[in-house]
Amino acid sequence: MIEVRNLSKTFKVYHHRKGFFGTFANLFSRKHRIVQAVENVSFTVTRGEIVGYLGPNGAGKSTTIKMLTGILVPSSGSVTVNGYIPHRQRKENAKRIGVVFGQRSHLWFDLPVQESFELLRRIYRIPQEQYRHNVAMFDELLGLGAFFQTPVRQLSLGQRMRADLGAALLHNPDVLFLDEPTIGLDVVAKSRIRQFIRQLNAERQVTVVLTTHDLDDVEQLCNRVILIDDARLLFDGELATLRRMLSKERLLSVDYAEDYSDVRMPHTRLVHREGTRVQYRFSPEEIRTAALIGALLQKFNIVDISLQEPDIEELIKTVYEDNLILRETSKLI
Amino acid sequence: MHHLALYLHFVKLRIRAQMEYRLSFLFELFAQACLAVIDFFMIAMLFGRFKQLAGWTLWEVGLLYGMVGICFALAEMFARGFDLFPDNVVRGEFDTMLIRPLDTFFQVLAHQFILRRLGKLLQALVILLIAGSQVAIAWTFPKIAYLFIALVGGTCFFIGLFVIGATTCFWTIHSLEMINIFTNGGIFMGSYPFSIYRRWFRLFFTFVIPLACVNYFPSLFLLGKSASRGVLVAPFVGFIFLGGAMLFWRWGVLHYQSTGH
Repeated sequence: MIEVRNLSKTFKVYHHRKGFFGTFANLFSRKHRIVQAVENVSFTVTRGEIVGYLGPNGAGKSTTIKMLTGILVPSSGSVTVNGYIPHRQRKENAKRIGVVFGQRSHLWFDLPVQESFELLRRIYRIPQEQYRHNVAMFDELLGLGAFFQTPVRQLSLGQRMRADLGAALLHNPDVLFLDEPTIGLDVVAKSRIRQFIRQLNAERQVTVVLTTHDLDDVEQLCNRVILIDDARLLFDGELATLRRMLSKERLLSVDYAEDYSDVRMPHTRLVHREGTRVQYRFSPEEIRTAALIGALLQKFNIVDISLQEPDIEELIKTVYEDNLILRETSKLI
Repeated sequence: MHHLALYLHFVKLRIRAQMEYRLSFLFELFAQACLAVIDFFMIAMLFGRFKQLAGWTLWEVGLLYGMVGICFALAEMFARGFDLFPDNVVRGEFDTMLIRPLDTFFQVLAHQFILRRLGKLLQALVILLIAGSQVAIAWTFPKIAYLFIALVGGTCFFIGLFVIGATTCFWTIHSLEMINIFTNGGIFMGSYPFSIYRRWFRLFFTFVIPLACVNYFPSLFLLGKSASRGVLVAPFVGFIFLGGAMLFWRWGVLHYQSTGH
């Protein structure tokens, strides 16, 4: 369904010279630096999967989605979606995919939702019967009726999101790309949208690729997660596997009585330090919990201690921060 | 057919949005026509003093003025979307166009339709009609057909300029303001007979930015000042210019970097 092979995207970022002569000079020679937004990413998504494409800001999530939807041309590597190469067969690809960007609506700002839908019906040449059926279904599941006659610019964020979701699915696409679909929404709106995505996936076998910061989205929707960081693929597999891989690690929070200058401990990694409060991450296979606490008590004057199994959010953060921490620990302490 | 029906639907929506404030719409229409009349009045005053300009009478110049005015008003009416395209890019609206199963050129064209350019259009048309009746032209069918082709060619020329200007923002985001020198400057310059300008200037506006081909040369033919083959085919350069601009657009789209990555 979706095939991504060694996909890379680099951007040229230009330095703009100011002023009239600067603008003129920009035409002929421009200094630029190369930004690697996506580097050598490969994965395959099969029909009916819901894949969470996760990563911190600027990791390259949106850039990847934009290459899959035909908005951007890859610098190297290959992409096929439904057998089409999105940037070369953009229009054919567009007929088979639905796209929702949480940050921005694809609807017509000054038109009522209904007229936006009508326009899409014409653009995608959706048969009347299919159109009526879909509008009725989306109304039932998303409650579009309440604001069907309202201009898009007057919708609340949650309403707008629901309208955009419906709009993206009117033409019965095989693949749905969602870029931050629940961003900024309240709990009720979020759960409604998740419920809708789940149902659509179950009933129509729609393949879903979604990027999100919300790990509840991931836990409730995705059977599979792909993590990217710093443009590169970090992990691709089941959420459960990821959790198993990382849950060996534990988190120990310690409140010290004094502000020690050196609080490092062997067999642990220092993940957070804020005044006298310090967090260590350690693996019980390397050092037993009791032994670690014993060693700490011996060395330092301690006010309080607590031990946690990391939750999913923590887990994913660990993967991201792993490199970073290893690199920067020496600087920090 | 699908595209034409869609286009008309888009235009209908645009017009309805613009008519929402009917009074302001009518007022602007009127103001535009007035401004344009003053514009031509300036040229007329010049002729009050000199009677002739490089062998051209006032109404012969009126023909030039009317033609370039009509072409520009039509181009703005239909293709203002390209003029405003940098805003689309900045707001990320071009991303939306790229996920639709429609040609991008078509979508930008259908994105805007400026009905209020009717004011300018009517004013230029009136001047063209008066000028046409005052000059010594026998309006035979071939001449009328030729005038029509020249007007369409000129409209294509200005649309081509808008398209080129829009395409540059795939590299610069802020687009080339420079293109305005040729659009706005073009109307001003095209309102006078070309023979008053310097040679390099004439060559530039014939072979690089072929404004003379869709305005000055056709007037030469209509007024019987020249009937060379070059002058006869000149209006078609406008179509070629637009064709080239569309190819440039296609190539430019491949370099689109989107925003907020």
